[in-house]
Amino acid sequence: MSALSLQRIGALALRYLYLLRSSWIRIVELAYWPTVQMILWGFITRYLAGHSDVIHQASGLLLSGVLLWDILFRSQLGLSVVFFEELHSRNLGQLFISPLQPLELILSLMLVSLARTLIGVGIAVLLAIPFYGFNLFQLGPPLASFFLNLILMGWAIGLMVSALVLRNGMGAESIAWAAIFAIAPLCGIYYPISTLPGWLQPLSWALPASHVFEGMRSVLLHHTFRADYLLYALLLNAGYLALGVSVFLGAIHGARERGSLLQSGE
Amino acid sequence: MTEAPVIRVDDLRKHYGTVRAVDGISFSVARGATCALLGGNGAGKTTTIAMLLGLLLPTGGQIRILGEDIPRQRYRVLPRMNFSSPYMDLPQRLTVWENLTVYARLYGVRHSRERLATLGRELDIDAFFKRPYGTLSAGQKTRVVLAKALLNEPEILLLDEPTASLDPDTADRMRSILTDYRDRSGATLLLASHNMSEVERLCDQVIMLRAGRIVAAGAPRELIQRYGRKDMEEVFLDIARGIQSGEVVA
Repeated sequence: MSALSLQRIGALALRYLYLLRSSWIRIVELAYWPTVQMILWGFITRYLAGHSDVIHQASGLLLSGVLLWDILFRSQLGLSVVFFEELHSRNLGQLFISPLQPLELILSLMLVSLARTLIGVGIAVLLAIPFYGFNLFQLGPPLASFFLNLILMGWAIGLMVSALVLRNGMGAESIAWAAIFAIAPLCGIYYPISTLPGWLQPLSWALPASHVFEGMRSVLLHHTFRADYLLYALLLNAGYLALGVSVFLGAIHGARERGSLLQSGE
Repeated sequence: MTEAPVIRVDDLRKHYGTVRAVDGISFSVARGATCALLGGNGAGKTTTIAMLLGLLLPTGGQIRILGEDIPRQRYRVLPRMNFSSPYMDLPQRLTVWENLTVYARLYGVRHSRERLATLGRELDIDAFFKRPYGTLSAGQKTRVVLAKALLNEPEILLLDEPTASLDPDTADRMRSILTDYRDRSGATLLLASHNMSEVERLCDQVIMLRAGRIVAAGAPRELIQRYGRKDMEEVFLDIARGIQSGEVVA
């Protein structure tokens, strides 16, 4: 393996930047769903604040949950969808005959996913301040660790979904949207993990996001930052990310065995 | 001392289950030569080119390009080679300029603006630099993809049907550009084509494939003489129909 090149990673990131700036609808689309979600849950919070002790105690609980969830969702989608662009435009073959290495492709996908997540969720976070007087930054320094863990988990899932589509073709594209929702009930976004049936809880604790959302509740309800949650989440993410990278590289190797990089497309 | 070939292929094989797409071919191409891979559909031309590029992993055999083992050391060689095929696209929504800029950076081209401007003039694509690639005609796209392939001034240029979907005038200009580039840079060209007059004009070496095997090889004139035909078109038909050299067909 040759040395990784920042220039090549930047070149591919530039390709996605060009794509993004070619259409203002794409930029609006990035922020649209996070903002709609934030507005919806903001009203639900207002309603529940008068009827629920927990929400009354920490009115940011639901809005923090929805915005942090969107970090996970957008980072996964940002990585997968950008990779699908290459398949749609039948550009993957061109990329793989260039000096771009698979790890450089992965790093550029992560870079673009990060930018897309910051734009998309960032706008919703900022709009929540005038809309509901809710500031996600009230979570303080722990917010950075929550963000890091959610984005890492999103990338791991995004790589696995991209590998699946590379293996099975664009027919499997809808999995990119569905995959993350399959684990949403287990992550404890809006409720503690203890709410889940006992047999599901071990599965839930195996997900880095569950530790993040429990950590978030701990900060909002008890004003305590639980470093143990952060550590577990980081360890789990290291495993999931290694798995995601391996599966993605394996899918590229498989595509080179089958010759599908030449014909990959719609 | 004779210079080592820039492309050396030994007993190359690609099998898909029981299908032998490429079945033990060996050949070499000298520096500065222009070699054509010919054969009917499914003969193994594109499969061979894909293996040379490292896009496809061989079942067996060995490929050495510029002295490096492919696919193991492909990243050492890829910056020094390139490929053009009308069957591999570029991002549709990016403009021609944006597409070429991205690839110039991927190939580490210095002074990329100047290089793009030169290619724009040479390939007559500068008029639509600002248009999205997806809005171009098939012929315009072929020229842009060729511009991408020439960005890094490759030592080895692989071409799949370089003049497919071009009108005769543009195709003729493209052939001139390719020969000029080869003569100026000393590059080695390996092309797959169905256009026999193009092969006669451009190539000094021809490798004929059928069912994944090499069935004839040599200079175009040699093959024409060996098969007792008047041009490569007739030689191609003979070989595609399984007629051996010297056989007389009623």
